[in-house]
Amino acid sequence: MTDNVKPPLIQFAGVTKRFGALTVLDNFNFEVAPGEKVTLIGPSGSGKSTVLRILMTLEPFQEGRLTLAGMDYHEPGAAAPFRASERHLRNIRSHVGMVFQSFNLFPHMSVIRNVAEAPVRVLGLSRDEAQARAVDLLALVGLADKKDHFPSQLSGGQQQRVAIARALAMRPRVLLFDEPTSALDPQLVGEVLAVIRDLAHEHDLTMLLVTHEMRFAREVSDRVCFFDKGQICEQGSPEAIFTAPSHPRTCEFLASVLG
Amino acid sequence: MMYGFTWDTATPLTYAWSILPIILIGLTVTLKAAAAGFAIALVLGLVFAMLRRSRFRSVSWTTACVVEFLRDTPLLVQLFFLYYVLPEYGVTLPAFLTGALALGLQYSAYTSEVYRGGIEAVPRGQWEAATALNLTRMQTYRDIVVPQIVPRILPAMGNYMVAMIKETPVLSVITVLDMMALANMIGERTFEYLVPLTMVGLIFLILTLICSAGLHRLQKVLPKAGIPLR
Ligand SMILES: Nc1ncnc2c1ncn2[C@@H]1O[C@H](COP(=O)(O)OP(=O)(O)O)[C@@H](O)[C@H]1O
Ligand SMILES: [Mg+2]
Repeated sequence: MTDNVKPPLIQFAGVTKRFGALTVLDNFNFEVAPGEKVTLIGPSGSGKSTVLRILMTLEPFQEGRLTLAGMDYHEPGAAAPFRASERHLRNIRSHVGMVFQSFNLFPHMSVIRNVAEAPVRVLGLSRDEAQARAVDLLALVGLADKKDHFPSQLSGGQQQRVAIARALAMRPRVLLFDEPTSALDPQLVGEVLAVIRDLAHEHDLTMLLVTHEMRFAREVSDRVCFFDKGQICEQGSPEAIFTAPSHPRTCEFLASVLG
Repeated sequence: MMYGFTWDTATPLTYAWSILPIILIGLTVTLKAAAAGFAIALVLGLVFAMLRRSRFRSVSWTTACVVEFLRDTPLLVQLFFLYYVLPEYGVTLPAFLTGALALGLQYSAYTSEVYRGGIEAVPRGQWEAATALNLTRMQTYRDIVVPQIVPRILPAMGNYMVAMIKETPVLSVITVLDMMALANMIGERTFEYLVPLTMVGLIFLILTLICSAGLHRLQKVLPKAGIPLR
């Protein structure tokens, strides 16, 4: 952890997540400090996406405690199986944003509406203000000239950059990236990573990033966590993990992805 | 004589011409009933489809039962029920409203299935993106889901609209003076049914053709208005 004095922004304490009979996270513990950039790596099926999806409230979990900025995901007093009212979940969500592997832009909306819609509906901004901010954000991701296009008219890399602008428009404290470049043609990966790299310089933004781009992970993260079978098997600074991994599973995994 | 118009049965042609104004008055009633009924079916069908997807079992199950009941009982039975039974419980609606309501209820069962199919075809990622942006469920339906399913459900909805228009004559049994009821009354008085009934049939044919053509046009226009057909 970069800064031990700050209390964690995110804290998984003994979280257990099951899909029916399959236990994906078993008594999972994990903390993220405010502003920290953490990369999750590991083999497919090891539970990386599940961690992000739980944080985004897209998946419930069965046991343990998860807090974000002091808010408990399981609302005190709420009854199972939901364990939190929609109002409580929306309160948590207001601090978190997510960028998906498959972009998930709204196909029936222009690029600028994709970015401006939720700030109008959820944050209560005026259309004009939301659009002005959307234009700024699109400029930030290098797509100001595409604002009136529809998603289907953009390349995958451009769509993902719009998705990043869309997530930023909600001013999240925590931004989650679930394999943001895995669905892209190799020649389009760079432009998306460049945008994320810029964001990593934002001091206040906490980032959790699942990726298979090891070189990139090494550049941008404060900490790298190696996942295996629903556990963090090894974690540390990028240098430590990439140059001197100690766990045999980490060595094996890195050997397989670095080739 | 009816509505101030007298008929002239000298030849079929003069007869047709003389009763045309009466039939057209009936046509406006038919169209109003179909429009009101379909509006009810469009709104209520969406409500049913949304309730069926409620995360509360009791809500989705109850909705499923109601929809099944509406779909599996004849329109005529529902019509009589609303017209004769409801007043016994103090709810008296004008015949026209009762008829529109019965049409709307019955067809909402059909349209809810159309909506349901459309909603299920919206990729899960769209819902998840909406959640990640903290949209409410209502906002997600209104801004994300429904606009995306419109092109997809349009043909099926159009078919139900045509079907509903063709079922409006059943309203004549509860004294709604639609096209069919008036044609029938003219026949009773002149003992000459062929012409008025033929006219009614022809007008229905024209209505149906217009609807189909309109639907075709809509499917061409919507993509140009920025709503992609997928
Ligand atoms: N909706 C689901 N239903 C059942 N099993 C699931 C579901 N989502 C994920 N899983 C399972 O959970 C495990 C972890 O998945 P995931 O978090 O997506 O892994 P990763 O992102 O590391 O590849 C996998 O075995 C996967 O098959
Ligand atoms: Mg994954």
